[in-house]
Amino acid sequence: MDFKFSEEQEKFRQDVRDFLEEELRQGLWQPSCDAWIQGYSPEFTKRVAQRGWIGLTWPREYGGQGRSHIDRLILTEEMLRYGAPAAAHWFADRQVGGSIIAFGSDEQKRELLPKIIRGEAYVGLGMSEPEAGSDLASLKTRAIEDGNDYIIDGQKMWTSCAHFMNYIYLVARTDPEAPKHRGISEFIIETSLPGITISPTIDITGSEAWAEVFFDNVRVPKRCLIGEKNRGFYQIINQLDYERAGLERLMGNYPLFDAIIKFVKETKRNGKPLSQDTLIRHKLAQLQIEFEVGHLLTYRVFMVIEEGRAPTVEAAMAKTYCTDFEQHLANTAMEILGLYGQLVAGSKLAPILGMAPHSYLGSKGYSLQAGTSEILRSIVAMRGLGLPRE
Amino acid sequence: MDFSLSEEQKILKRMAGDFLTKKCPKTLVREIESSDKGYSPELWQEMAGLGWMGLVFPEKYGGGNMSFLDLGVLLEEMGRACLPGPFFSTVVLGALPILDFGNEEQKQEYLPKIASGKAIFTLALTEPGAEYNAASIAVKATADNNDYIINGTKLFVPDAHIADYLLCVARTNEQAKPEDGISVFIIDAKSPNIRNTVLNTIAKDKLCEVIFDQVKVPEKNILGQLNQGWSAVQRIIQRAAVAKCCEMVGYLQQVLEMTIDYAKERRQFDRPIGSFQVIQHYCSNMATDVDGSRFVTYQAAWMLSQGLPCTKEVAIAKAWMGQAYERVIALAHQIHGAIGVTMDHDLQLYTRRGVAAAVTFGGGDYYQETIAQEMGL
Repeated sequence: MDFKFSEEQEKFRQDVRDFLEEELRQGLWQPSCDAWIQGYSPEFTKRVAQRGWIGLTWPREYGGQGRSHIDRLILTEEMLRYGAPAAAHWFADRQVGGSIIAFGSDEQKRELLPKIIRGEAYVGLGMSEPEAGSDLASLKTRAIEDGNDYIIDGQKMWTSCAHFMNYIYLVARTDPEAPKHRGISEFIIETSLPGITISPTIDITGSEAWAEVFFDNVRVPKRCLIGEKNRGFYQIINQLDYERAGLERLMGNYPLFDAIIKFVKETKRNGKPLSQDTLIRHKLAQLQIEFEVGHLLTYRVFMVIEEGRAPTVEAAMAKTYCTDFEQHLANTAMEILGLYGQLVAGSKLAPILGMAPHSYLGSKGYSLQAGTSEILRSIVAMRGLGLPRE
Repeated sequence: MDFSLSEEQKILKRMAGDFLTKKCPKTLVREIESSDKGYSPELWQEMAGLGWMGLVFPEKYGGGNMSFLDLGVLLEEMGRACLPGPFFSTVVLGALPILDFGNEEQKQEYLPKIASGKAIFTLALTEPGAEYNAASIAVKATADNNDYIINGTKLFVPDAHIADYLLCVARTNEQAKPEDGISVFIIDAKSPNIRNTVLNTIAKDKLCEVIFDQVKVPEKNILGQLNQGWSAVQRIIQRAAVAKCCEMVGYLQQVLEMTIDYAKERRQFDRPIGSFQVIQHYCSNMATDVDGSRFVTYQAAWMLSQGLPCTKEVAIAKAWMGQAYERVIALAHQIHGAIGVTMDHDLQLYTRRGVAAAVTFGGGDYYQETIAQEMGL
């Protein structure tokens, strides 16, 4: 047993912190909640790339660093702690690169991985559809073979930062006659292709965080198919584990945690700092307890990955727990702010930049993205605990 | 970063689990619960024979030279089995403090006796105020030549009725700040003028009221330094809290497994109830709480074992355990249905022990305040 990181790992953490501190010192960006999923900044991504911090775990032969998943855990933990705008590379680094390595052709690896690693390929995710949410395998977007190409028709939803991305990782039906899980394939395509239209979705916070992506007779060459035709659903299962495995499910709104602690120390009520109020102390201590447990549940996921096992059950468990924490954090911040919690960003007198109401609203989606908590609990129950399907 | 047990710990866990399954069945647990002694002397001697009491002592005191973390692994198995008796009192509350703060003479006198199962120890810490802070210590020890005279009442003292020795936390200087006037005494429990009353508790364990009325203790029986006992007590509380968490992890693991087995077997509406999503999600929540409990507990135990500062981690572990325990046990009862609220069923054994463990050595409110301080609030 060992609950500490090694000296080299701590040194690496310090390197990442130094880098981020310097970025902040230069005023290149402001820490913000959800910056990993909404903070699109190719400039930041390129500076991260220069450090060799994209594709950290990928094989050296494709330009990766061949480092451990624990190192990537540390890197992402610091990015999240600082609320750094890492969305341009986050999805490719987290899950798409791994899929290309696992299922892609040698040509695809040589073309795409170095582009991602250099911070030049920004890959959005094209999975959910209007009629295919939790039941992803019921997706309807079609990719039909036509000579050396596939013709794609259909619609994707909830693609993060779609309007900024230059690639999209697409899951589409290639055999409409086959049983629904056995007729799906994966593609990686450029978003600049004719026939692709991107239309932003305004979410509950008022942000254009997601978009609908429409495919109208989009012709893509066959070399864009990743892995085996019609095996896409089985290929993507593993990618979903990675999608839900990370600390972004615990620390997505971490800047709010920092800000509310600072706020209660600096704000006085009846001449005394709020931080001396017993109720407030206990509310924040409670968050700290839950945060610590979330950390440990997520660290465990990365140790499973490092052992070379698929962390299906462990990631499902961690994500469910951790998004509950994030929501609890947002709720607690709103309780502490009281009437002031109503004041949103840009309003006169809005405390902590209106972060709390924004996070309160935004956090409602946390337990829906990347597997709803209900789907994940069923995974834990059936695959982890062996409870029967019927 | 590595959350797994070492090979040696896995062997210890397996052997302890096998032994307790065989030697401490629930029939025995129930029998002991309704006995006056509260333990089985035969089983106690067998445990001593396995080297459990002296597990963490150096070899020269008859011990096994293992770590606090290893002891945690053993305590988890004891919790799983609901082992009744004075192991926790003797080892965690008696032996560890002597090992930590005793002088050589005291170690040589008491530790081999404990290791061989010949001495039962306990700690007389809390008083009628029922708090874990220095100001609450009112039992007085007054110097009298080469002796001290102890007067006052201790409450919630486990196993005092069968103890051979009591570690008693007493005030030796009333002028100093509360934490600067406390000393710990090793008292022969058979000394005249000690009166024990066993209280009836929810866990059916043996918590006692102990009244000291002019009890004479030789000066050489002070454990550690005169008037500086509070820092020792803080360390005792810290380790006892984590040791309690380890037992609770054992309770929870067993409750989870019992509940999942039941959900797979129990049929209603022509199907196992474990196939219903509601039950599945309850079980998933339970498993998450149990894993979280395990990690947060072993993190604290590991840090204590390594001698690392861990005030915050210990506080987080103990505060979390009480909360997680309540959630898990509530769902376990819900899934078991009415049979789970009968004395015939084993679940109640865990329910009763867990709720007591949650408040012993500090409950949620106590540790939330510690955490707030550690957060700089």
